[in-house]
Amino acid sequence: MSLWLAVVAAGVGCYALKLAGLSVPESVLDRPYVRRATELLPVALLAALIAVQVLADGPRLVIDARLAGLGAAAVALLLRAPFLVVVVVAAATAALLRALGLP
Amino acid sequence: MPEEPLGDHERAAVVRDSLAVGVATGAYGISFGAAGVAAGLDVWQTCVLSLLMFTGASQFALAGVIGAGGSPVAAAAAALLLGTRNTLYGLRLAPMLAWTGARRWGAAHLVIDESTAMTINRHTRPAARLGFLTTGGSIFVLWNLFTAIGAFGGEAMGDPRTYGLDAAVGGAFLALLWPRLTDTTHRVAAVAGAALAIALVPLTPAGVPVLAAAVVALGMALRVREARR
Repeated sequence: MSLWLAVVAAGVGCYALKLAGLSVPESVLDRPYVRRATELLPVALLAALIAVQVLADGPRLVIDARLAGLGAAAVALLLRAPFLVVVVVAAATAALLRALGLP
Repeated sequence: MPEEPLGDHERAAVVRDSLAVGVATGAYGISFGAAGVAAGLDVWQTCVLSLLMFTGASQFALAGVIGAGGSPVAAAAAALLLGTRNTLYGLRLAPMLAWTGARRWGAAHLVIDESTAMTINRHTRPAARLGFLTTGGSIFVLWNLFTAIGAFGGEAMGDPRTYGLDAAVGGAFLALLWPRLTDTTHRVAAVAGAALAIALVPLTPAGVPVLAAAVVALGMALRVREARR
């Protein structure tokens, strides 16, 4: 599958998921298991994405400035910073550490 | 749901609140634009994602899996799995908005976290529709505008690691996850999903560790239901 095909197919698929919710009778999708799974899927996937994004370098696990950036983002979130501030804090922390010579 | 028309005062309040959320959310499209290009998508692929997919977590997921060296199939699957929550939002919104035909098809594209949040607390149908359209519409316009700015700017900047953009993506995911860590079940799902992904990174092709976390969620959903029987 080419990257373009993935972009378009996933885009159309995500639209179809939205339309299904507005169109399908509530009884079909509103079962406890489906509701439960749909609640937990984003949580588990986002946590896995964070882990891979911050620790993986190809097939290796490494600790570098990205982990410090994530820690700074967590502190910003504890201080109730808005989304964009959290993202900028994470980037700035990693950029600063790299400017100081860390990997 | 009551059909009573909105007074001028209430209309202004709904529009003001919705635009505030729209501007705040739309502006962080710039971080997606930069992250998409940093992950190896080209400027146009990054912009098409914001136009066509238009749901932030799924877009970041697709870029994140590609950036980690994953296959396009794994990237698309991660985006779709994250997109399933919009289906539940639609279920909640359908009786409130009560649109049919072309209007429903148009409205569906705007079903995202923020537009849902700004709709479900309304008490009349006109207020719900106004909140939904103002929030969803302003985010759509600004999210796409700022994605383009971030994508073109990101391409001009050179090595994204110098600016910590790889760390910014992790920070963005954490900010998206944070409000969902409301109870023990969610926290267990997060820790288990992350732990499984970390364990699989050296063993499986890129993209698989993230998708494996979906198994954690589906398994936990099954277990919780059976425990209630």
